[in-house]
Amino acid sequence: MSDLHGLYQEVILDHNKKPRNFRKMEGASGHADGYNPLCGDKVTIYVKMEGDRIRDLSFQGSGCAISTASASLLTETLKGKTRAEAQALFEKFHGLVTAKEPKNGKDPQLGKLAVFSGVSEYPARVKCATLVWHTLRSALNESGEVASTE
Amino acid sequence: MATTHAVMNPPARERSRSTFDVRKIREDFPILKQKVHGKPLVYLDNAATTQKPKAVIQALRKFYTTDCSNVHRGVHLLSERSTKAYEGVRDKLQRFLHTADPREIVFVRGTTEAINLVVNTYGRQNLQAGDEIIITGMEHHSNIVPWQILCQEKGAVLRVVPVNDDGEIALEEFQKLLNPRTKFVSVVHVSNVLGTINPVRQMIAMAHRWNVPVLIDGAQAAPHLQVDVQELDCDFYAFSGHKLCAPTGIGVLYGKARLLEAMPPYMGGGDMISSVSFEKTLYNTIPYKFEAGTPNIGGTIGLGAAIDYLNEIGLENVARYEHLLLAYATTAVSQIPGVRIIGNAREKASVVSFVIDGVHPHDVGTILDQEGIAVRTGHHCAQPLMERFGVPATVRASLAFYNTKQDIDALAAGIQRVKEFMS
Repeated sequence: MSDLHGLYQEVILDHNKKPRNFRKMEGASGHADGYNPLCGDKVTIYVKMEGDRIRDLSFQGSGCAISTASASLLTETLKGKTRAEAQALFEKFHGLVTAKEPKNGKDPQLGKLAVFSGVSEYPARVKCATLVWHTLRSALNESGEVASTE
Repeated sequence: MATTHAVMNPPARERSRSTFDVRKIREDFPILKQKVHGKPLVYLDNAATTQKPKAVIQALRKFYTTDCSNVHRGVHLLSERSTKAYEGVRDKLQRFLHTADPREIVFVRGTTEAINLVVNTYGRQNLQAGDEIIITGMEHHSNIVPWQILCQEKGAVLRVVPVNDDGEIALEEFQKLLNPRTKFVSVVHVSNVLGTINPVRQMIAMAHRWNVPVLIDGAQAAPHLQVDVQELDCDFYAFSGHKLCAPTGIGVLYGKARLLEAMPPYMGGGDMISSVSFEKTLYNTIPYKFEAGTPNIGGTIGLGAAIDYLNEIGLENVARYEHLLLAYATTAVSQIPGVRIIGNAREKASVVSFVIDGVHPHDVGTILDQEGIAVRTGHHCAQPLMERFGVPATVRASLAFYNTKQDIDALAAGIQRVKEFMS
């Protein structure tokens, strides 16, 4: 199989080139660092909460196209969501990239995140897609620990 | 390889050139015939592990089919055969590394275990608080972490020789670090990331002026250079079999006999003793003192077959061919706009590490894989070196004598494809 476009869908390439919400956030209510020791990807995620709801999200870091696009799309998707909604989406996303979810009949709640469906064909790249999600979880828990894909 | 001992007179060069036929050599490696993702396999990850020739695969098959038995124990015929084959490989390694004595060859799992053995025996026995150990900025994690553990335990200090922008070690910088507190030097012979061939002979001589023993991590050197441990005068030399066409899980530690004899054992168990009672145990002589338990007999026999195979091709032929291939690859890769080679040492083995502007190495690896090209991407177990060059990771194409110019052309075309795809 040689369909790179299955992995690198246009939306992913676009978000890699022009990552959204790529900035440091002043007055964040929480932030966390994520690190993938296998490939050296680094991400810092900033979150501003309003009660139980995510008011604002941004990130900084360096990584491959999959991890950069994943971070960018995460910040777009989760603004306005509650902690519980964010957690539920993480589980769906994780299912998608590890192919636990059925391929046809993608969950409509995933929205744009469905562009990561090709990742499940590339086991070595799953962690690229999930790093930022693990990091977000740390930021929401304000555990202050560095999130790791390991 | 641009080493002085690779220089030969013209008639000899002509003769060996005519005997080195890469197409014939590729026939010896069944794995190279396959397609991956519908494309012919272009295997450029030889610094991670090399492929195995039929001769090695057949040697394993023969051992397990007709000779399998434990060594140094049974009086029966099979045990005699396996012991003879196993010890025969020690003799081959004596010739391969040019050691004075076959007892200076200790079989281990690989380079990592060899270094850990020295750290845990010689290091533990001889180092104290305040002592200094010198390594370089281009070490593999396996020649950093064991020393850090020892430093933590003993209160010793790790000193690091800096790497310059070309990826070389300046001898003056090494000289500056040598002092009366220096108690050990452990240096990589050939960098797995940069391909740099370090001036280890001079470094060993410099360290010896301070009576400091030197370990050479030869994991990337043994497959490409002709190593003469007596000429180098190193105290320890470590390498892994699987990087020179042998199976995984077998490697070699060379140590000078007088050092090995004075060292305490590494692991306790069978075969490393001469007598055991509950009151007192007497250890076996070298090298068996360091080979507790049933060794990797099959792997050792595979290593012997690999060495025979390499000798048949001729190590000088391998070095000369790889040198030409490296020059070809360096030109091909560096010509591509937006591609930067990391590591431009004057003396290099066949490794080309590079980065592409605006494209993460991980993406490069995935796209090249779709083209059938196997490269390594990441920090190559050398994170401090990545930091030194200000990159999170590199793409590494590492060449072996069975690679061809067509492989390099495929890599160059693959890099173009990456650029088009990601632009």
